[in-house]
Amino acid sequence: MRFLDARKISVTYGDAPILERVNLGVDEGSFVTIVGASGCGKSTFLRLLLGQETPTSGEISIDGAVIAPEPDPGRGVVFQKYSVFPHLTVHQNLMLPFEFDGSRFLARLFGRRRREAADMAERMMDKIGLAHASERYPAQLSGGMQQRLAIGQALLKRPRILLLDEPFGALDPGTRKDMQAMLLDLWTETGMTVFMVTHDIQEAFDLGTRLIVFDKIRHDPQFPAAYGATITYDLPLKTREGWTTDENTVAAIAALNNKDTTHDA
Amino acid sequence: MRLINLKPSRATAIALGALPFAIAVGAYATGSAIRRADNPADKLLPSLQAIGEAMYRMAAVADNRTGDYLLWTDTAASLERLGLGIAIAAALAFVLAALIGILPTARALFSPFVSAFSLIPPITILPILFIVLGLGEAAKVGLVVVGTAPLMTRALAQGVLDIPQEEIVKAQTLGASTWQIATRIVFPRMGPLLLVAIRLGLVPAWIFLISAEAIAATDGLGYRIFLVRRYLAMDVILPYVVWITVLAFAIDRALAFLSRRMFPWAHLSGDRL
Repeated sequence: MRFLDARKISVTYGDAPILERVNLGVDEGSFVTIVGASGCGKSTFLRLLLGQETPTSGEISIDGAVIAPEPDPGRGVVFQKYSVFPHLTVHQNLMLPFEFDGSRFLARLFGRRRREAADMAERMMDKIGLAHASERYPAQLSGGMQQRLAIGQALLKRPRILLLDEPFGALDPGTRKDMQAMLLDLWTETGMTVFMVTHDIQEAFDLGTRLIVFDKIRHDPQFPAAYGATITYDLPLKTREGWTTDENTVAAIAALNNKDTTHDA
Repeated sequence: MRLINLKPSRATAIALGALPFAIAVGAYATGSAIRRADNPADKLLPSLQAIGEAMYRMAAVADNRTGDYLLWTDTAASLERLGLGIAIAAALAFVLAALIGILPTARALFSPFVSAFSLIPPITILPILFIVLGLGEAAKVGLVVVGTAPLMTRALAQGVLDIPQEEIVKAQTLGASTWQIATRIVFPRMGPLLLVAIRLGLVPAWIFLISAEAIAATDGLGYRIFLVRRYLAMDVILPYVVWITVLAFAIDRALAFLSRRMFPWAHLSGDRL
């Protein structure tokens, strides 16, 4: 059995099908990158994995257990925006997960437990390079710093799965490169399973061990919303040894590079 | 240079801002002088000096009958009613808005009722309040509450709903319960929103306060204005109107200042009035 198993997933909003017959099995520790045109349901798929939405039909299970229909600490998330809390400083943002954990009613820690939490928050601040900005509010940070904070905060709960919805989409290219390197380091270090939606196909190739493309198989020119999207390519990119040499994959990558899958990117 | 790119210097901006006030006072003084040239006993547009004398009488000379300094006792009575009414309305608004904003079930339960209730013209409630609560303080405070709470609740609930869903989801992935999300994410965010809602609510609050005092009171700024109206005492009414405006302005500025002091994170980006 695979670590994560999505079986016959479909999602319909009202009359409009978004996803149709999506099947996906993923091994623990994979780095799955997801690309596709706007509105092809890739973010919807991520929200299903998160538990923020439930599929119209089909089910998703992790380690054989169907996932709860609401978000939980087993699955961390970073969105493109609004992933940190604007009314808390960097330090307070990183204390928050420990305070949720250690104090059911007040969600605030005192004394020794507070110092322990503060130590862990400070270690994370060093790791994500924000130690100098400890007392700043998110609005006083650059876009890259905000996303570093968001990733650091998401990792404090040691989730087995990290979901990323275009986390670097709003960053300039230089910052994006740094963030990608940091993310790969954290992934190697924690051994968690990562799902990352991106508009940038180069990023998808560079980071992923596996690339998934969402697209519509059937098109109705008179009524574009008639059909939903599904997984059209599912390419193993890398193994522990390095890039895959699988012929089909190499051919498919060449085809993808020619056909621009991200129509609007 | 295009007019849209012409920005006044700070000194010019202050002078420009003062200009309409100066024109208004000047126009009044002129109109008053013209009328008094016709009829020295004119009561409609008393001279600025007469207004000053009336204000001095109200503020610094003890009343013959009660021994009170009327401007100050009136101000204290009105501010007490206003403060009490706004405090009750704010507490109500906070609780209802938190429930409506956080819990979809509470939203379904309360939201239609609050929307419907807010459409009742509050002044039509006043006779009911007088009948139920008597002519005392409770009815006047009650009118301020009825007149402002629905408006404040709706503004505040909208503010809570405007908190990005991403943040609420993120908090859940960090292990937060509903109560923890409320206390650590939503309530702190409602602080500056509540101050904005109070500033919004103060506008109708003054209207309803003055109305209630005009109908049934023995002191208060609204009571005084409507009392001296019988003698056409414009020399008292005009400065009282100005005084009420000054109070309203000072309270509004104080709340804006309080928000910047208490919630610095809410004022880091963008301009707010």
